[in-house]
Amino acid sequence: MDFRLTEEQEKFRKEIRDFLEGERKQGLWEPSIDSWIMAYDPEFTKRVAAKGWIGLTWPKEYGGQGRCAFDRLILTEEMLRYGAPAACHWFADRQIGGSVLKHGTEQQKREILPKIMRGEMYVGLGMSEPEAGCDLASLKTQATKKDDHYVINGQKTWTSGGKHMNYLYLLARTDPSVAKHQGLSEFIIPKDLPGITTSPIIDITGNEAWNEVFFENVHVPKECLIGKENNGWRQVMEQLAYERSGMERVMANYPVFEGIIQFAKETKRDGKPLCQDSVIRNKLAQLKIEFDIGRLFMYRVALVIDEGRAPEWEAAMSKAFATTFEQRLANTALEILGPYGQLAPHSKWTKLNGMAYHSYLSSKGYSLQAGTTEVLKNILALRKLGLPAG
Amino acid sequence: MNLSFTEEQEILRKFARDFLASKFPKKVVKEVEESEPGYSPEIWKEMAELGWMGLPFPEKYGGTGMTFLDLAVLLEEMGKACMPGPYFSTVVLGGFPILDVGTEAQKQEHLPRIAQGKAIFTLALTEASGGYNAASIKAKAVTDGDGWVISGTKLFVPDAHVVDYILCVARTDDKAKPEKGLTTFIVETKQPGISHTVLKTMAGKLCEVVFKGAKVPKENMLGKLNQSWSDINRVIDRAVLANCFHMLGMAQQVLDMTVDYAKERKQFDRPIGSFQIIQHYCADMLTDVEGMRLSAYQAAWKLSEGLPCAEEVAMARAWAIQAGERIMSLAHQIHGAIGVAIEYDLHYYTRYLKACELSFGGADFYREVVAQGMGL
Repeated sequence: MDFRLTEEQEKFRKEIRDFLEGERKQGLWEPSIDSWIMAYDPEFTKRVAAKGWIGLTWPKEYGGQGRCAFDRLILTEEMLRYGAPAACHWFADRQIGGSVLKHGTEQQKREILPKIMRGEMYVGLGMSEPEAGCDLASLKTQATKKDDHYVINGQKTWTSGGKHMNYLYLLARTDPSVAKHQGLSEFIIPKDLPGITTSPIIDITGNEAWNEVFFENVHVPKECLIGKENNGWRQVMEQLAYERSGMERVMANYPVFEGIIQFAKETKRDGKPLCQDSVIRNKLAQLKIEFDIGRLFMYRVALVIDEGRAPEWEAAMSKAFATTFEQRLANTALEILGPYGQLAPHSKWTKLNGMAYHSYLSSKGYSLQAGTTEVLKNILALRKLGLPAG
Repeated sequence: MNLSFTEEQEILRKFARDFLASKFPKKVVKEVEESEPGYSPEIWKEMAELGWMGLPFPEKYGGTGMTFLDLAVLLEEMGKACMPGPYFSTVVLGGFPILDVGTEAQKQEHLPRIAQGKAIFTLALTEASGGYNAASIKAKAVTDGDGWVISGTKLFVPDAHVVDYILCVARTDDKAKPEKGLTTFIVETKQPGISHTVLKTMAGKLCEVVFKGAKVPKENMLGKLNQSWSDINRVIDRAVLANCFHMLGMAQQVLDMTVDYAKERKQFDRPIGSFQIIQHYCADMLTDVEGMRLSAYQAAWKLSEGLPCAEEVAMARAWAIQAGERIMSLAHQIHGAIGVAIEYDLHYYTRYLKACELSFGGADFYREVVAQGMGL
């Protein structure tokens, strides 16, 4: 047992911090909450790509750095700590590349991976549908094989990125005649194919983080199929474990945490700094304890990945725990801000740049995306504890 | 970073689990906790022969020379078995402080006897206020010829009714700041001037110990005059963390028992564990247990490496207290009525876990330690 990072890892962390610190000092971007899913900046993504920090864990033969999942965890931890605008490449780097590596053909690997690593391929995730949320396998979007291509018809919703993305990952039904889990396939397709239209979903914060995507007789070359036809369910389950396993699940609103601690230190009430109030101290310490435990859960997931195992229950546990922690963090921050908590970003008098306000609203979605807390607890109960299916 | 145990630790865990399961079925736990000494001298001897009493002490003092992290594995298993007796008092509260700050003569005298299972120790720290801060210690030691004389009343002293020695923390300078006037003494219990009353507790043996002119030779001072407080903090940190491992072992056992019960117990023609609400209760318990595990081992690793760990200990402790209560509540809810029956095993854990939570400072106290670490 050893809870230390290696010397190289500490050096790597410092290198990332220096880079992000420098970027921020130059005013290239403003730190933001949910930056991994809301802050799109292709130029930033290209600079990160130039550092070799997209596809960090992918094999060298495909242009990756061949580093371990734990190193990537450090990288993403710092990106989130600084609120850096990493959304363009986040999904492709997190789960699409891994999926292509595992299930793609040699040609797909040679084509797709370098494009992601150059910071040119931004992949939105087309999984959920209006009638297929937690019950994802009941999705209806059809991919009908015809000669050398598939014809896609249907609708996706809550597709991340939307207008900023130039590719889509798509889970679609290729065989409607078999049981629902058995007739699904995965595709990665250009977003500008004729017949694809998108329409933004404005969320509770006023942002366009998600989109509806409509497919009308979209012709997709058969080379866009990833893995085996009708094997999509099995393939996507593992991808979802990776989707759940990252630091964004505990650090999406990290700047709020730092901000509220700073606020409590600097703000006086009745002549005394807020942080000397024992109730406030207790609340902030509780958040720190939960944050650290959430982080340990995430670190463990990375270690499991590095052991070569898909982190199924470990990822489910860490995401379920951490996203509800983030909701508590946002709520506690608002409580401490009191009436100022109601002030939106850019409002006169707003505190913490309105980050706590934004975070409180957006955090309601944290425990829904990539597996609701309930679905994740089902995984823990059924797969880890072996309780009987209902 | 690496979260795996060494092969040696795995062997220790497996052996301890089997040994404790065979020696301490709940029938025995019940007999032992109802007995006057509150431990089984025969099993105590066997444990000493296994090297457990000297496990974390250097070989030159008759120990096995293992680390605190190794000890943590054993403590976890002791918690899982709900093992009664003065192991924690002797090894954690007694042996470690002697190893930390004892003179060579004190180490030579006491550690081998602890390792052989021949001496039982405890620590007399808390008093009527129930606090763990320096100011709450009022018992006094004054010089008397060549030695010291101690007077005062200590409360919540574990296992004092069976110990051979008490490490007693007493005030030796009442004009100095509370932290600057405390000294620890190794006090032989078999002497006039010391009496004890065994308190009726939820679990385990706790005593009131009254010192009325108890004599201590000067060579029995442990550490430096008036400078015990930092030593005591180290003792408390270690005790708190050891306690976390007892709690972790108990919590894991409670989770295992509860999941087994949910799989077997049928209502409405199906196992209750097939109901989603029960599944989610179990998932919550699992998450709480894993949080206890990671936070406790993180702190134990730091302590083993000699790194500063007060904040990590505080986090593990505050979490274990909150998680422990949640786990126990859900375990009882899932077990239904049988869980409160005295002939069923769950109550051992309900009682012992709560007793662990109530010793060495509560969650608020440790959150305050964390707050200070955050620079608040």
